[in-house]
Order: sequence, then C-alpha cells, then structure tokens
Amino acid sequence: MAALKLTTGNFKSEVLEYSGTAMVDFWASWCGPCQMVGPIIEEIAEERKDVKVCKVNVDEQPDIAGKYNVMSIPTIIVFKNGEVSNVSVGAKPKAELLGLLAD
Amino acid sequence: MKDIIIIGAGTAGLTAAVYGLRAGKSVLVLEQGNYGGQIINTPRVENYPGIEQISGYEFATGLFKQAEKLGMEYRVEKVTAVKVEKDGGAALFDKVVETQTGSYRAKALILATGAKNRLLDIAGEAEYTGRGVSYCATCDGMFFRGKKVAVVGGGNTALEDAAFLSNYCGKVYIIHRRDAFRGEQKLVRELREKENVEFLLQKTVCAIEGRAALRAVTLCDTISGEESRLEINGLFIAIGQTPETEIFAGLVERDENGYIIAGEDCKTGIDGVFAAGDCRTKTVRQLTTAAADGAVAAISAAQM
Repeated sequence: MAALKLTTGNFKSEVLEYSGTAMVDFWASWCGPCQMVGPIIEEIAEERKDVKVCKVNVDEQPDIAGKYNVMSIPTIIVFKNGEVSNVSVGAKPKAELLGLLAD
Repeated sequence: MKDIIIIGAGTAGLTAAVYGLRAGKSVLVLEQGNYGGQIINTPRVENYPGIEQISGYEFATGLFKQAEKLGMEYRVEKVTAVKVEKDGGAALFDKVVETQTGSYRAKALILATGAKNRLLDIAGEAEYTGRGVSYCATCDGMFFRGKKVAVVGGGNTALEDAAFLSNYCGKVYIIHRRDAFRGEQKLVRELREKENVEFLLQKTVCAIEGRAALRAVTLCDTISGEESRLEINGLFIAIGQTPETEIFAGLVERDENGYIIAGEDCKTGIDGVFAAGDCRTKTVRQLTTAAADGAVAAISAAQM
C-alpha cells in the first residue's frame, strides 16, 4: 500500500485515534534529503503491513508540522496508540528507520 | 575479494566506482548512511560542467544508478576498522576492511568518506537539532518565517546563510567569536545595510536552552567573559566542516584538522590506499573536484 497522505482533516482519525503503530514522514518537494528518504518510506509502506505509513507535506500542512515542532526535514515520527514513541531527524538509511519501529 | 573497495558513496566514491568498473575491475562500495554525500542538501547545482542546472538529489541518484548499472556491489554497512596485512596469506588482496557485519579484502582501497558539519560541541546542541538547531539554512530556513534566528560563524557560509535567512526571518543575529570576518567583505557590507540583521561580535554560544524546542542561547563575551541571554527560535551553525577520518587514524597520515594527507594524485603514504574527495587535504572542495579525485584515485587503483 502506498503511504497515506495526511492533512489537518484526517490527522486526528488516522494517527491520534489509531490504535496501532503509525510512521509519519514530514517532507517537502524542495528538500533533497526528503527525496532520498521518500522511496525508503514507500518501501516500508509496502513491506510492513503492520504499520500505517503516512506522509505530511510541510508546505501544505504547516499546522501539523508546527504542532510537533518539526523544524528540519525530513523528520520521521513514530506514533504508538496515538502517542509519539520515536523521532528521527535527517535522512537515515532504511535499517535505522525500521529500528524506530522496534522499540 | 574485490579489486577495489571504496568507502563512502558521495560524489568522489561513486565516481571512483564508475571509473573502476569501466576499467573492468570488481568494485565494492561501503556506505554507512545514504548514497549521495553532501550534495544531497543542495537544491540547485549550477556549476557542474555540461549540466546547466540539476538538483543535488538528481545528480547523486544519476551517478548512483550509473555505477549500479555498471555492476557496482553496494552495501550499507558502517566500517569499523581498516588495515593492510603486511604478509598475509592472500598477498595480493592485502587491504582488509571490517564492518559491523562483515569483513572484506581488496587489492586497492579508496577512502572517500567526505566531511560533515562541525559541531559547536556544547550542551543542548544534539538535543535541539531539528528542533531549532540547524546546520543547513537553505534546508530549514522556511520553518522560521517571521521568527528570530541567529547564525554562528565567520566564513562565507555563515554570511550567505544570514543573507538567505534575512529574506524570511523577522530578525537575524550573526554571532562570531572575532571582530572581523573571514568571509567576503562585500557580503558583510550588504548584511550591515539590512535592517533586520544585527552583528554580535566577539561572542560565542556557550549554552542552548529550550523546552520541546529551542528558546534561547547563552552568549559568552570573548573579551570580558560576561554572559548574556539571547532569545531566539532558530540557531544556524555554520562553523565549517570536519573530515570523517577517525577510523583511518592508524592507517594513513592526517593533518592537524584530520584531513588525510595526499596530493592531487590521491596517493596516501600506503601503497594501494587512496584518498578522494573532501576527506583529502586540498584547497578547493567542489562537486567537480570530488569527481576529479574519484577518477584519479580509481585509475591508479585499477593498476594495482
């Protein structure tokens, strides 16, 4: 499944009220490191059916980015049962991103 | 066993891979993060010969795919140790590279680990990186639209960052430990004329504080030692780069800043070990010179 696009309209229902693990990639089209991470995020979305993988375009959704103090992209936030469980800033390799889901 | 092992998949490393592979050699590239190196952070490259304009990401991806198509073996593994076996069993394949998960041998070794941003090395810096502390104004500047920010540094990068940020931010402070700038005087003059730019000279940042996000920094006066507090939302650190060469300390000679000592032929003091790109002692660190190093190192390495 392709990563789910989040907006202020669906963020609450898809992430905050989701009883499971969600991985949210904060990105923008002009950001090089985000382009690096983009395909990795899509791979994780395909491979990990147990995780809801989502994307937030910070240009289109500045309120969500602001709420989570995202001030550098890419930022990946893992939510468990609607709570932030892990935050990673910068373009990390796949193994490291998968590691965010583990603990 | 490989003919050539390249450590680092930035512009120098991947160019070396292309040249090595085209010379008919087997090539293994080891990278601890993502391919591409520093150019990934550059939105527009406009000084690479023959390419009018390209994004750093596109450039790096094109180069990576080119090497892949030629048969590069690529592994995302962090190198932990490198050595040259003086009289090992496999005499020809005397370069040994160990990673967290494997051990590899080659006839030639190209060190192309590049450089990374120099840190202030103060409390709070790591904690607030990505939450107000940044090393890339063009990447993160837009998050600080209308806000108060500070740039630390005295070189061209710091001055250019300040100029860039002054177009978006309400206020830009330039913090520099000296009273004069290494960077271009023209840039300094332009900044002095901007109403929202203020110079805080002979000061260093000695502490970073915040709650969830950066809120303020403590400045220390380099003359009087007096401390002052500056409330800002963003701190952009532009105090230069440092090479990623620690693991090669016992193998090759490095200068006082950690750069691997090698000339334009990329040859280190060790036969068959080459240094290419930003991790080498050199005066010009550009995309073109990284690519040039990759080619030079690989052509020599292919002769081993």
